[in-house]
Amino acid sequence: MELSGIQIILIFIVSAIAGMGSVLDELQTHRPLIACTVTGLILGDMTTGIIIGGTLEMIALGWMNIGAAMAPDAALASVISTILVIAGHQDIAAGIAIAMPLAAAGQVLTILCRTLTVVFQHWADGFAEKGELRGIDLCHLGALGIQALRVSIPSTLVAMYIGTGAVQAMLDAIPQVVTGGLQVAGGFIVVVGYAMVINMMGAKYLMPFFFLGFVVAAFTTFNLVALGVIGLVLAIVYIQLNPKYAAVAAAPAASSGSSDADDDLDDELD
Amino acid sequence: MEKKLTSSDFFWAFIRSNFLQGSWNMERMQALGYAFGMVPILRRLYEGEELKKAMKRHLEFYNTQPFVTAPIIGITAALEEKRANGADIPDGVINGIKVGMMGPLAGVGDPIFWGTLRPITAALGASFALSGSILGPIIFFVLFNAIRLWVRYYGIKYGYTKGTDIVQDVAGNKLQKLTEGASILGLFVMGALVNKWTSVNIPVVVSTITNAKGETVVTTVQTILDQLMPGLVPLLMTFACMALMKRKVNAIWIIFGLFAIGIICYGLGIMNVK
Repeated sequence: MELSGIQIILIFIVSAIAGMGSVLDELQTHRPLIACTVTGLILGDMTTGIIIGGTLEMIALGWMNIGAAMAPDAALASVISTILVIAGHQDIAAGIAIAMPLAAAGQVLTILCRTLTVVFQHWADGFAEKGELRGIDLCHLGALGIQALRVSIPSTLVAMYIGTGAVQAMLDAIPQVVTGGLQVAGGFIVVVGYAMVINMMGAKYLMPFFFLGFVVAAFTTFNLVALGVIGLVLAIVYIQLNPKYAAVAAAPAASSGSSDADDDLDDELD
Repeated sequence: MEKKLTSSDFFWAFIRSNFLQGSWNMERMQALGYAFGMVPILRRLYEGEELKKAMKRHLEFYNTQPFVTAPIIGITAALEEKRANGADIPDGVINGIKVGMMGPLAGVGDPIFWGTLRPITAALGASFALSGSILGPIIFFVLFNAIRLWVRYYGIKYGYTKGTDIVQDVAGNKLQKLTEGASILGLFVMGALVNKWTSVNIPVVVSTITNAKGETVVTTVQTILDQLMPGLVPLLMTFACMALMKRKVNAIWIIFGLFAIGIICYGLGIMNVK
């Protein structure tokens, strides 16, 4: 499917916003749920975009920038894989599989850009020296612009050449055993994201709650909302009953601390 | 005349703080972004040489979880205001408070926002999105951003009014309770996701028996595993991933490795889609 001029311009804008989102990490425009949906909307098939977004979101669940460690790039992966699936007529499993090398490439690109923007930091020092606040603003926003181009240039190129036979032929050449295998892998690839989240928490002593969640989910048909509520209740009860907190609460109020905790639990049960 | 920050200064600092990480760089990380956020505040308080010195003060190394920057902006605004009105607060103190706060606050912000809030709202959104419902992206976007903006907005006010007293809150029980509670919720939901939102099928036939009624009963490796504990294979895979990541293996390589396992097992007929 050849994209119209307007579609290509819109892809440029949306991928620029996703690129900015991936460094800012505020609005979450770089997350697959958002980026894939909007890209799908531009390409005229939002439903497929939403489904790719949901699938990719589960894989990317634990991708996060902690301290100075960079995560794989969800923005580039989301936009390009959605273009390949909708405009390149691929099935979602193949699109997801192509998204992974893109996420890796995006990770390298973001590290490159974040090294490049050291220059802007030094320019800002110069402006501070002269007391020019406007200059500092421009340095900051200029660096943000680089991050926008990081995603929008590759995405726009793909959008421009997707209509030509070359991309199509390349995608069609993938053997069946690979696409089938990727579909199978799609069933369990999500564990990487879960593992990232668990590792980040770094709370080994709270792992019983992980196992409890696992077993409850295994033997019930509760949906995510119900499971979330159970998790929340467990968290509240744990905090209320934990002697670590009760001891501090008891200090000013003499002996009433522990009975307070009991009362709270009684309330919870009633 | 006494210099006083206005609510419009705080509003613009709040707006600008949403761009904190725009110029994140390998040298001073969020330093320029922090200065960018402080511009409305410093412009109100200082001029000339003092303004230059103030800007330079806030271009020092800085990095934390982005949302918990809000209270730090509030505290530094309070300190800068006092300083502009003649209080003797050396540069080192303001910077020391920033640096001293960013570590403990990141320790609270990372598990709460990246470890619990985002995975849970995203998983909830994804569960709707997988069936093609627009509700999925909307739920995620609205829920996550409502909480984020609330923290960013009130965080600045909280930091400004409480000033350096906030250090006690960070060290004290309140935030520790919040972090621990969030971790429990996060881990519980992760456990559920490992079980519910994965699928592995090993169709290798172990035995084929014709039972008393004359029906053929096929037992595969997967049927045995499911009788033992549904979701056992994904659970073991999760632990393997955790162990690999602790050894500093990049997540992307693990993903490629799992893709390879999928292709090989599918090729050999050990695994298929249920």
